[in-house]
Amino acid sequence: MNEYTLPIFFGVATGTISRLLMLRTDYRQYPTYLHGKIIHVALGFIAAGLGTIAIPAILEEEFTAITFLTLAASQFREVRNMERNTLTELDNYELVTRGKTYIEGIAIAFESRNYLVIMTSLLSTLVYLMFNIWAAILAAAVSMYVCRLLMSGGKLKEIVDIKYIEPRFDGAGLYVDNIYIMNIGLPERQKEVLKYGMGFILSPKNFDARSTIANLGQRQAVLHDLSTALGVYRDSGTPALVPLAKRDLDDGRIGIFVLPQHQDAERAIRIIGEVPTLENAIRMPTEKRRKGL
Amino acid sequence: MTIEKCILAAITTNPKKIPSGLAVFHCDSKEEMESFAANLEAILDGIAHSLSDEMLVIVRH
Repeated sequence: MNEYTLPIFFGVATGTISRLLMLRTDYRQYPTYLHGKIIHVALGFIAAGLGTIAIPAILEEEFTAITFLTLAASQFREVRNMERNTLTELDNYELVTRGKTYIEGIAIAFESRNYLVIMTSLLSTLVYLMFNIWAAILAAAVSMYVCRLLMSGGKLKEIVDIKYIEPRFDGAGLYVDNIYIMNIGLPERQKEVLKYGMGFILSPKNFDARSTIANLGQRQAVLHDLSTALGVYRDSGTPALVPLAKRDLDDGRIGIFVLPQHQDAERAIRIIGEVPTLENAIRMPTEKRRKGL
Repeated sequence: MTIEKCILAAITTNPKKIPSGLAVFHCDSKEEMESFAANLEAILDGIAHSLSDEMLVIVRH
């Protein structure tokens, strides 16, 4: 036991706890079970260790020791790769795929959460060594709160209005409102589609939102989340029963066509509203205009 | 091997409008055409799209 032992233990503990708090099985359905979680808790523990050790290293004037933080960076970039590869492989076997943009978003979240853990551990150890354990507990609580703030992004309901519309056929063409979805030739299949299909119109609230929801990855994320939450009336080899999202070129509205097993329009609207706006899909054309371009 | 975004087969009741270069199924009635299309849809994992009342094509997406 030396003067650093307790602060180090404290820092590692707060870091690991903050990783546990950020590891939730939610609507993304990932990671689901024990083994997936163990990997991330273990990596969180390592991140906490790296963040904690940095402060005693500086105090002991072991400045070269700080370079191992670069090791952490490459380690966690590897985490991002690992998540991306796993999810891309698994995506081939999903009835309604997540899509590459959504996967990239999840992978980025996993990497950045480890950096948040490093920050939490680093701060709490620093405060412990500078003041006392009570100040450190306060610092840990504040940084965990900041982590929670940083980890939750925007929701789709903030940028679009969602409305339920019953899909209809005009000849062989399937429409949601006035948005053309696809051509289904067989009357038998058309009946099936009308029986199980539900249509939604997403109207963008502003010009930025129009470009964001036009993104194909963002649209696929909506279809995936909706199909995961409400079930999907589909099997492999039935491409006529695929959920689709198409765009009205005139005003940028998106027509969503899905075949949920659980037909509940109210709930579906809530679920669409909770879909995250993917970081990689966000576009801000008005920023450009503000700069006079 | 899978061929996507290609017309895999055409089913028609009008012998005058036969497309060339692909598998064509001639049918006597609309009902027969629809039952052929339903089977081909399942066999080829494709969708039967309607071009007119007389012709359906199977495409895999």
